[in-house]
This record gives sequence, C-alpha cells and structure tokens, in this order.
Amino acid sequence: MSGWLQPRDRDPVGRTDRPIRITVDGEPVTGIAGQSVAGILLAAGRTSWRTTRSGAPRGVFCGIGACFDCLLTVNDVPDVRACRRPAADGDEVRTQSREETA
Amino acid sequence: MNVVIVGAGPAGLAAAEHALRAGAQVTVLDQAETPGGQYHRMLPEAYAAKRPDRIQHGRAEFDRRRRVLAHPRCRWWPGSTVWAFDRAEKRVHILRGPSDGSGRRRLTLVPDALILATGAHDRTLPFPGWELPGVYTAGAAQALAKGERVAIGGRVLVAGAGPFLLPVAESLLGVGAEVVAVLEANPVSTVRKGWSSRPWRLAAHAGKAGELARYAATLARHRVPYLTGRAVVEARGADRVREVVTAQVRADWSVVPGTERPYEVDAVCVGHGFSPQPELAVAAGCVLDDGFVRVDAAQRTTVDGVFAAGEITGIGGAVTAAAEGAVAGRVAAGGKPGPALIRARDRARAFAGRLAAAHPIGTAWRSWLRDDTIVCRCEETTYGELTRAAEDDSRPGAHALKLGTRAGLGPCQGRICGPTVSELCGGAERHHRPIAQPIRLGELAARTEGEPE
Repeated sequence: MSGWLQPRDRDPVGRTDRPIRITVDGEPVTGIAGQSVAGILLAAGRTSWRTTRSGAPRGVFCGIGACFDCLLTVNDVPDVRACRRPAADGDEVRTQSREETA
Repeated sequence: MNVVIVGAGPAGLAAAEHALRAGAQVTVLDQAETPGGQYHRMLPEAYAAKRPDRIQHGRAEFDRRRRVLAHPRCRWWPGSTVWAFDRAEKRVHILRGPSDGSGRRRLTLVPDALILATGAHDRTLPFPGWELPGVYTAGAAQALAKGERVAIGGRVLVAGAGPFLLPVAESLLGVGAEVVAVLEANPVSTVRKGWSSRPWRLAAHAGKAGELARYAATLARHRVPYLTGRAVVEARGADRVREVVTAQVRADWSVVPGTERPYEVDAVCVGHGFSPQPELAVAAGCVLDDGFVRVDAAQRTTVDGVFAAGEITGIGGAVTAAAEGAVAGRVAAGGKPGPALIRARDRARAFAGRLAAAHPIGTAWRSWLRDDTIVCRCEETTYGELTRAAEDDSRPGAHALKLGTRAGLGPCQGRICGPTVSELCGGAERHHRPIAQPIRLGELAARTEGEPE
C-alpha cells in the first residue's frame, strides 16, 4: 500500500470536493481542487517521479519546498517543486531526470 | 513608516499586528497562497471545509491573528517569493505567481524597515537508505495530512527527536494511517530533565501541557507505542522503503549493539528538530550565530532597518515566534514595545532553551553512517567521500571540500545537507545564497514593474 487522500465521508473537516484531472506522462490522474501536484501523485499511489544523476528514484522528501527532490515538469516548464505547486485542472505533468533539466 | 514583513507564520502575523498598532503601512509577503506558515497550516480554500477547527488547533487564535491582513493599512501578498535582497539599495526583489512558474511578475519594494520571519524547515540526519522514496521528513507528513488530507502511507513509523513528532502522529492517524510507533531518540532521563527544571518558565506556554496530554490520549486510544531512547538507523527497499531498522540508542545516540529491530512499513517520517532559513538575512548582511540570525533585545539584526523574529533567530515554536514578532513589529514601526510584550518574549525564549535541553541531537549519530551512506541527497555524495576529502591535506577548508565532493552544490543548495556536512567535516556552515529562491532566466530578463499602488 502507499499514500491516499482521506475519503470525504470519513473526514471530520467536512470538505466539498471538486474533482480535477491532470495527466502524468500522458496518463490521466484525478485529484481534488486545491491539492498540490505532489499530493495528487502520492494519493494516486506514486512514490517517486524523478531520477537522480545515478538513476535513483526520488519523490517527496521535505514537503515544504526546501529539498528540491520532488521536481517535475508542469506544462512544459521544468524544475517545478511538486510540493509547492497547486495543481490546476488540465495540467500536463511530466516526470524528469537530472539530464533533462536546463 | 513603511514596513515589509517576509513570512506570514506566527512571527510575521504578530509583527504585522503590532506594526499596524504603531501606525505603520504594512506589506506582508508569503510564498504560500494562504497565511499561517507551517504552524497554522490551513486547508486550501477550494476544499470548502465546514469544520477546519477539527484539525487546526488554536484556530480561534489564528483567525484573530490573520484578521490583521484585512486592515486598511495592510497589504497582503500571497504567492510572493522574495528571491533577492539588494543590500546597497535596501531593495526587496519579489516574484508573484504560481510556485516555480515561468511568467511570474517581478516587483520590488524599498521599505523603511524590513522584518524577516522566514521560519525553519525540518532537519533530518542521514542514515543508510534515507534517500529511498517513502522516507519523509516529519514536516512533509504533517504538511500533506494537515494541509491536504493525504496520508503518506498505510503503515507509518514516526521517529526522531522533539515534541513535534506528536502532532505529526496525530495528523497521520487523522487521515487513516496506521502509526506503528513514535520513537524519540533521547532517553526519558534527558527529556525529563529538560522539561521539569524550573517549571515556572512554562507559564507562557500553559496551553502546551494540555496539548501534550491530548496527544498522549490520542496515541493511547490508537494503541500507538511511544518509545524513548530508540532511533531509526536504516531504511531498506529497492525502489522504495519496505522496512526500517530501529535500534536502542544511548544518551549520545550511539547504537546499543544487538538491539536492532526491523519494522515492516510503507512510509517512515523522521525529524531531528529544525534548521533556520536565513538566506535573506545573509543577503542583507546580518551576522549569524551558529546559523541563527543575531538580534538584540528589540529584535534588531546587526543591519540597520532589518529585524528578525521567529525560528530564524532560534528554534522555540509558535508561541516564542509570535512573542518575538510582536516586539519586532512595534520597534520596526518606530514604536516602543511595552514591558508586557518584552516580558512575554523573554519568558517564551526561556521555553526555547528548555526545548533544546530536552531534545538535543546526540553527538554519536554519525556512528549510524556507513561508507556508502548518502549525505548530500542532490549530488549523492557519500559519507566515505566526505570523510576522505576532509582528511585530504591538499584540499583544506570547507570551500575546497564542497567543490571536491559537490556536497551542497545541487538544486537545494545545501539547505538539507549543510548543517550535517559542517558537523561531519568541521568548518562553519555557509548560508550565502545570492539567489535566495530559484528564478527563471526569462523572469530575470523581464522588466521589473514599479511599485504598484
């Protein structure tokens, strides 16, 4: 098992969810409005989406924009911190390796 | 007086409130879309949560604090990244727009007084396998659970040092994760000695005792063991973490041989306290002491017109940060803080001292490391490479070490490994990052807009 989004009916905060759809390397993934790109990917069961110079997988580590481990490409703009970027409906996300970056 | 405040956490909001009370024009900047910082982390507006108070403790207090942002003399600029500070012109360079976006607006402000309340991020000491996906900082687990209701995993171990591990465990339970255990590396004798000496100093933090009792009750209800003197010393797995090894550690955090115990998990979150984020203070030319911004009794840094409050002046938690922010706001606006504000700040700082005493970082943590343990996550520099380079007489000094091993030269610019490398290899940590936050070349080339009305 890996990450998930707490289902609305079991969440005491009483959310009103508005679904959004993004694509990750062309594959459709759904989340809810307000989530970060990292949150959507984690809740979709992905734990890594970047590879380092040696080819090792990386995903979220610090979760607040300090470590730059979770970088990915959003709508053709590379090196976006997935944990800091709120996802927008229709975002096209691509995973990236170190060599691809500027 | 025109006061610019960087950071809308407890310190920044208190600074805004008191600068406004002293009659200043105030601008509050924060990278996030919502105020509150890491401590008062809010759910996104789009979640339209009816009962956010169910997970945000101290919500009433926070609602009161954030109201200052709607004050007629206050400008609130969310989504604003301060990427540089020009020391000669005292000019604050700002990018406004989506995080790491390509077409953000470039703006500058030249305030009469600048208050830095940029906070801290988790410090996590390295251990074999800490670079595996599924290993998170405690702050990441908290941000995802509290900030967007995402659980990092189904079976999670929470470990490290400090009281912050408790709300993290509570948040994980709140999004339906199973918390296998909460491990505090310090032995109970260290924790007790730190907290119980001079109990009158806890007066400013009266609410904290109730909060701790609530965490204890939550852990007990979910049958989550809280163990002291135990640490995560290894994470295992091929593509992601599958198992963590914990061990009993002595007061100095050296491992007691034969006490290793594996736990099957799909996520682990580890936090050993916090590191300050002093880039802007360094850019302004402020003197640091051991990584923290030096301030006087009025929260003035060593640079005229630049003030600092909160975690960048010393790790003390939200109450301390707000008390410091209040003093900074008053003085920056040309006012004089009353004795009550000063007393509250001093009491809160004493609390910070207790926190440090109760949850220190043991000096023997490096005994967890192996030759091939990664220290710099960005450049994948290992412990072996670092120690060999540090012993090489032909390349003396921290700068040569950095160039030779690339530790600290990756995308995070040493934010994560900096304190670790300086501890392992000697030499002071360098916080000088002329570009405090990433800016794209296209944005850099774009024209700066004048100060908008």
